[in-house]
Amino acid sequence: MIQEDSDRKLARNAIFPAEGRMILNIGPQHPSTHGVLRMQVELEGERVINVTPIIGYLHRGFEKIAENRSYMQVIPLTDRLDYLSSMANNMVYVRAVEELLGVQIPERAEYIRVIVLELQRLASHLAAVGFYGNDLGLAFTAMMYTFRERELILDLFESICGARLTYNYLRFGGVREDPPGNFKEKAKEVLAQIKPKIDEYERFLSEDEIFLMRTKGIGILKPEDAINMGAAGPVLRGSGVKTDTRVTDPYTIYDKFDWEVVTGKDGDCFSRYAVWINEMRQSIRIVEQALDALPEGPYLAKVPRLLKPPAGEVYSRIESPRGELCMHLVSDGATTNPYRLKIRSPAFCNLSLLPHLAKNVLIADLIAILGSLDPVFGEIDR
Amino acid sequence: MIELEELIEKFPDAVIDVKIQRERRLCAAVKREALLEVCRYLREHQGFDHLSSVSGVDYADRFEVVYHLWSYSKKKLLSLRVSLPKDDPTVDSVTSIWKAADWHERETYDMFGIIFEGHPNLTRILLAEDFEGYPFRKDYKLKENPWFPGKSPGEEQR
Repeated sequence: MIQEDSDRKLARNAIFPAEGRMILNIGPQHPSTHGVLRMQVELEGERVINVTPIIGYLHRGFEKIAENRSYMQVIPLTDRLDYLSSMANNMVYVRAVEELLGVQIPERAEYIRVIVLELQRLASHLAAVGFYGNDLGLAFTAMMYTFRERELILDLFESICGARLTYNYLRFGGVREDPPGNFKEKAKEVLAQIKPKIDEYERFLSEDEIFLMRTKGIGILKPEDAINMGAAGPVLRGSGVKTDTRVTDPYTIYDKFDWEVVTGKDGDCFSRYAVWINEMRQSIRIVEQALDALPEGPYLAKVPRLLKPPAGEVYSRIESPRGELCMHLVSDGATTNPYRLKIRSPAFCNLSLLPHLAKNVLIADLIAILGSLDPVFGEIDR
Repeated sequence: MIELEELIEKFPDAVIDVKIQRERRLCAAVKREALLEVCRYLREHQGFDHLSSVSGVDYADRFEVVYHLWSYSKKKLLSLRVSLPKDDPTVDSVTSIWKAADWHERETYDMFGIIFEGHPNLTRILLAEDFEGYPFRKDYKLKENPWFPGKSPGEEQR
């Protein structure tokens, strides 16, 4: 009986296309949707009139689960948000709690954090470029190359925390373990290996005729729209807005290193791709400097295991590989669980731009635009 | 800070409680009748051009909607709080000011049942259309884990 009722309700919300148009559902299981996204596309011939992203297939109620766990138990949960950049998720959460507690972080821990965060950005952008090549029909070539280099970074992460995807590495007041003795040399070796490869990708992709035709001038986002619609990260910078949370709202020790904020020129898919490529170079620059300056000392401040932070609320912001990642954490001061934890995920905000970007484009361009937004569904659906 | 002083001067009745949390973090509470007016003023005259997130909080006696506004030019974050009574969780939508509010407000509606008046398409976003109840409210009853009978969620892990 209940089943019947809900069926009727769903049928009521179905869209019936106008004369000469058709509705096409792409996903939730489709290789080009980067996960479990369903796009309801209204088509006129091969032209997209309207697209409605339907999300929530991976919703696990993260924010509710966090309300029923102690502060420490939430860290491994954050790994499962943006599974391509777990370190960044760890970081935004431990930063929020540290601000509530007022913990001082040892200098060595700050350096280790910057190193793993930037390596994570490198790994995440490598995956993004690889997947993007896949989306654009460059077969598996781009992906094979970028994943070869991404493996090296995952090996590094495995050596410092034992995991390759869900690291659970940062702790309140520092990091879980000191990197092994030969980490510095190993990391430098890996960076030296990756550096020339980035030029190689540029030769493959940025000069490839098919790639250029499919990305140049497609999905143009104006800077004022990007700001008003809440775009984040490479999407925002690809539109030429020179902003980066690492600079404008500084956290840890990014001000100690010499690097630049990368922006794109035209706001199209190619600009967003160019931001990925150039940000990888900047990340390598930061990691190299941090490795050289890595000081000795403790890697973890003394913080009790079962925390009861004072009542209050904080809004912690960092620049994850996908953009401005924030957490709004409310503590009631009486329990050992967060009272409320809200995640502002950059991929969620970027995906909300899709209906705006994919107006009156060809259906093949829709896939190119979606890929350039780099959605990760662990983070969008939470 | 200068923004907060000007805000109080401009809206002496509507802006209730202002404080500076730390460097680059400002807080203010606003009465819900004046929300749209205050937001429009903040965007057009104070440079808060980026709506970072809209977050709902369920307190024992009230709902709170927190708008996190960032200014790209001034590099400051303002948390604007609106309190709503439990029996009438209705507030004006700010989608006309920041388009970014669209999905954030839909999510807050989805999870807390807060009605944003004037929103172009206020439907569930993460949950299924036929889902009943608002799961992030504190009175929403979670399912018991069948492996740990009699224990509330979270407790079974300790």
